[in-house]
Amino acid sequence: MFKKKIWKMLLSFTHGIKRYFLISILAAAASSLMSFLTPIIVGFTVDNVIGGGAQSSLPGPIMSLYNFLSSRGIFGSKLAICAIFAALCAIIAGSFNYLSRTNMAKGSESMINNLRIKLFKHTQSLPFEWHSKNQTGDIIQRCTSDVETTRRFVFQQLIEVLRTVIMLVMVMIIMFTLNPIMALVVTVFLPIIMLYTVFFFKRVADKFLECDEAEGELMVRVQENLTGVRVVRAFGREKYETERFDEKNVAFTKKWLSLGGTYGQFWGISDSVSAMQLLCVIVTGSLLAARGTLSFGELLVFISYTQMVAWPVRQLGRVLSEMSKTGVSLGRINEILEAPGETDPPDALEPPMDRDIEFKDVSFSYDVETDQQVLKNVSFTIKNGTTFGILGSTGSGKSSITYLLNRLYEIGANSGAITIGGINIQQINRKYLRKNIGLVLQEPFLFSKTILENIDIASHGQDLGKVREKAAIAAVDDNIMSFSKGYETIVGERGVTLSGGQKQRVAIARTLMMNAPVMVFDDSMSSLDMETDAKIREALRIDTAQATVILISHRISTLMKADKIMVLDEGRVAEIGTHQELIDKNGIYRRVYDLQSGIDDER
Amino acid sequence: MNYEEEKIKGLSLTIWLRLLKYFKGLKKQILKAFIVILAATGGSAAYPLFIRYAVSNFVVPGTTKGIVPFTAVCFGFILIVGVCIYFWTKLLMGLEMNLSMIIRRDCFVHLQKLQLAYHNVNSVGYLIGRVMSDTERISSMISWGFSGLVESILFLFFSITFMLILSPKLAIILIIVIPAAGIIAWIFQRKIIVISRRVRELNSKITGSYNEGITGSKTSKTLVIEDLNSAEFSTLSNNMRRESIRSSRLNALMMPMVMSLGSIALSIVLYRGGTLVGKQLLDFGIISAFVTYAVSTIEPIVWVSGVISEMVSAQVGIERVTGLLNEPITIVDLPEVIKKYGDTFDPKRENWEPVLGGVSFENVWFKYPDGDEYVLEDFSLDIPSGTTVAIVGETGAGKSTIVNLACRFYEPTEGRVLIDGRDSRERSQLWLHSSLGYVLQDPHLFSGTIIDNIRYGRLDATDEEVMAAASLVSADTIATRLPDGFSSDVGEGGDNLSTGEKQLVSFARAVLADPPIFVLDEATSSIDTETERLIQNAISHMLKGRTSFIIAHRLSTIVRSDLILVVEDGKIVERGTHKELLAAGGHYSSLYKAMRLEEIMQ
Repeated sequence: MFKKKIWKMLLSFTHGIKRYFLISILAAAASSLMSFLTPIIVGFTVDNVIGGGAQSSLPGPIMSLYNFLSSRGIFGSKLAICAIFAALCAIIAGSFNYLSRTNMAKGSESMINNLRIKLFKHTQSLPFEWHSKNQTGDIIQRCTSDVETTRRFVFQQLIEVLRTVIMLVMVMIIMFTLNPIMALVVTVFLPIIMLYTVFFFKRVADKFLECDEAEGELMVRVQENLTGVRVVRAFGREKYETERFDEKNVAFTKKWLSLGGTYGQFWGISDSVSAMQLLCVIVTGSLLAARGTLSFGELLVFISYTQMVAWPVRQLGRVLSEMSKTGVSLGRINEILEAPGETDPPDALEPPMDRDIEFKDVSFSYDVETDQQVLKNVSFTIKNGTTFGILGSTGSGKSSITYLLNRLYEIGANSGAITIGGINIQQINRKYLRKNIGLVLQEPFLFSKTILENIDIASHGQDLGKVREKAAIAAVDDNIMSFSKGYETIVGERGVTLSGGQKQRVAIARTLMMNAPVMVFDDSMSSLDMETDAKIREALRIDTAQATVILISHRISTLMKADKIMVLDEGRVAEIGTHQELIDKNGIYRRVYDLQSGIDDER
Repeated sequence: MNYEEEKIKGLSLTIWLRLLKYFKGLKKQILKAFIVILAATGGSAAYPLFIRYAVSNFVVPGTTKGIVPFTAVCFGFILIVGVCIYFWTKLLMGLEMNLSMIIRRDCFVHLQKLQLAYHNVNSVGYLIGRVMSDTERISSMISWGFSGLVESILFLFFSITFMLILSPKLAIILIIVIPAAGIIAWIFQRKIIVISRRVRELNSKITGSYNEGITGSKTSKTLVIEDLNSAEFSTLSNNMRRESIRSSRLNALMMPMVMSLGSIALSIVLYRGGTLVGKQLLDFGIISAFVTYAVSTIEPIVWVSGVISEMVSAQVGIERVTGLLNEPITIVDLPEVIKKYGDTFDPKRENWEPVLGGVSFENVWFKYPDGDEYVLEDFSLDIPSGTTVAIVGETGAGKSTIVNLACRFYEPTEGRVLIDGRDSRERSQLWLHSSLGYVLQDPHLFSGTIIDNIRYGRLDATDEEVMAAASLVSADTIATRLPDGFSSDVGEGGDNLSTGEKQLVSFARAVLADPPIFVLDEATSSIDTETERLIQNAISHMLKGRTSFIIAHRLSTIVRSDLILVVEDGKIVERGTHKELLAAGGHYSSLYKAMRLEEIMQ
């Protein structure tokens, strides 16, 4: 049914919770047994107590109990004993049923919980490269709807199949012991019903797919219309759009209508087959009873059993036909889990990080196949405690330098090395490395939490004073205080939307909270005006006096006070030196500087 | 994301009555469905009577006389019920689908009429939820929920009637048990609904967490907070586990409890019935029928309570859909305007004056519906036909306001916007919109072929005209690259094309429309130099002889335009030609310098 490795994966999530499944199945068996007993008691009552004959009997121990009670006359009449037996039977069956279902819920929910958490942790540990290669929507879909499919499979299908099978086996044994001919009549119909169900759901699966597709097309129409509402309005295409919508709306409806007929057939036929089964049981029973080989009570037993098995058998057919769908989902989940996450060898180093950083002949390309190098033999040294500026245009490789330094991407073999205090960063524990490099990304991501929690996220539990201090350095404290909820303001989807500049400043404050010996600002002030930029830099200079600071920008004013400035051009180091040296050099830096200070001729 | 936090209310008739108008058109179908349900349910409820007949006439007397006609009758009966069930399913499916089709259409049409201000504040996801899932939920609730309700109630009614006919003394036992079981089931169902709502909320939070964990993975890694994220997620996930188990536990408790009640009823029937048979007051057949009834009446009770509590929760969906349908349209054409020019869905083009393209703002005051500050205060500006107006300013400064007003996507709070000298409210929206060419920074294409997308500009254009428009703006280069040429599918939202290519197609679309007024939101995103050159060409082609509004990001466009408006914090702070503004040495000149710098860097 499924591949072996998928079963193995599923099984790995049942660690420590297998007992729930075991209890659930045992209880289900007990419950079925008890509920099969009730009709027997009813039949016995009808035959022996009400009818006064002695054609049928109860299973051994219950019969002895009955004889014991009736001989002592404990509950009054024999009829009363039987009635109490029947009621007790049902109540015990119900209790076992409850036990079975709650354990099943515990087992499957725990298992899915394990799966969810494992998936989340794994996506967190997967290298950034994996994230950038896979589409977010697809990953989320796997983590949510495929997990839901799995949950349904475990919760409703896997256990249900086992229960139904156990139940069927038991009822068969009981029926064949009671009366083989009647048992045969009941049994003959079971494969018919089941096969018909499997056949039907296999058949409608295709139609369902068509319906899903039609719904998808309709959905796309609606979505495109709504996202393109400006285009629709600007061209005055409301009527045209409505016609196009109608087309898909009707097509979708028609698909379902045809499915309605198919479903009608299924329910009509399968209900009729079940009723036929009952009719056959009644007729055969009557014939046998007339011959005297079947008692009235036994007939009642068979009628009850027929009704009891009809529904589960139909369910079984349905479940079997849905299994292939689950297999696909499980496979997709397994693909994520199989992708190797970031792991550090146990002997990974944690050296002091307040040392010189050196890029030695580093070359890098994101795509090994096309080998389009974004960095070409880049070498430079950043002295500990100094400020290092990197100037470069879009696509010059500025950000790649930070990614490599932070090991978001790894340098390939024979493509150079980055060292800190002489130690290759590939030997350093990743988390340790990243904790010690405070990196502010170009497009920072804020979590949908309060601003306080966002700033404090990497420093865990600092007080508001500390947070405000850093926010003030990032020149965002005033902004935050102007919100009605101040630092308790929730950002993101459920809260306020911050502007690009506000986001950048919150991200700066967040990174400052890390107090890392190395700080990298990757174009982190691009959305800010020059004044704010200058203000932040001044405050930073004091706050990060001890730290090594790497500033990346295409604004000269951001960089000119750095101890050393490197100009990147198409992945190569074009110029490197102090502000004055570069000015004197009369190269790219000088050109940009002239423009910045307004010496440029205004054409 | 939408967190449902609605309180559980009682079943409210008024909410359901809002849907009344939809039922009116479906009267016939509803009646047919009702008849079929009546027949099928009555038939199923009569099955135990067969058992009784067989027992009384064959089993007890020990004869097989008459068993053949009995079998034949039963057989026929079963077939009839089967056919009824077939029609029942088919009719209800039809009812459900037709209902949702009509409601969905109403929602869609209403959305076409609603002003952009509404679209701006309601996310596409939210609106899709209303149009697609809420309508589906409502109609499935109405058809299947109601039919289940009708079926169950009918089944109970028939069963009780048959039982009363067979033996009132035994029937009374079940008649007492039924409401008791109903109450238990109802209590549980209410609790289950509350919990399942909580589970749904948790579920959407979990989805949100995955979303954040995955989209924020780069940030998480740089801050080394993967463990924190995982710990938070574990808490959430554990909550989900706990609540799900709770909800299952309630379900697991309800069924056995209600079923046990049924079994207790069965025992009492057995006891009372047995006693009565002993006194020769009852025959065996009746006992057998009652045994079946005791078992089969329980399920409908659970059903009824389930459906009613489901209906309570479906009310939320109805409220949301009717809320959308009742959302007032704020930009409407006056009745006399519609009379002359027709409305959006039924235009009277023969009465339309040609649009020349002169746009004037006359003492315009404007604030956005969701804002409380005026962004335009007593703004006046005359733009003669054929003028190129560039609007510059930082991202998010509010450059679109002028365009929104000129296109009548919004109407001024005070003052007037004139098109060719007449208040734009004196003509229909479609009249103006049909004269616009609109090119967005993030070009929106519809799925379909390139031809389809260009033709969106003018629906009756021939293929030749489409291709001519395409070649005018070099969009034909895209076609040559693709295997199916102009008939290539652009994919959902045009995603098979690059941003630059999408832009070219949207230029061609606007060129084909040949509009007197042009709106262009230039792209800032980095496009390769070759495409960039093509786009520049395209733009200069299009602007010739047209009134155009350009939200400009490129220096060359700005410098060449007739009038430059500088926007800051939503307000127009400077206006004039390039030379004038540069000489003034204000916002524009510093903006210009910054932009020059960027250009050099790239």
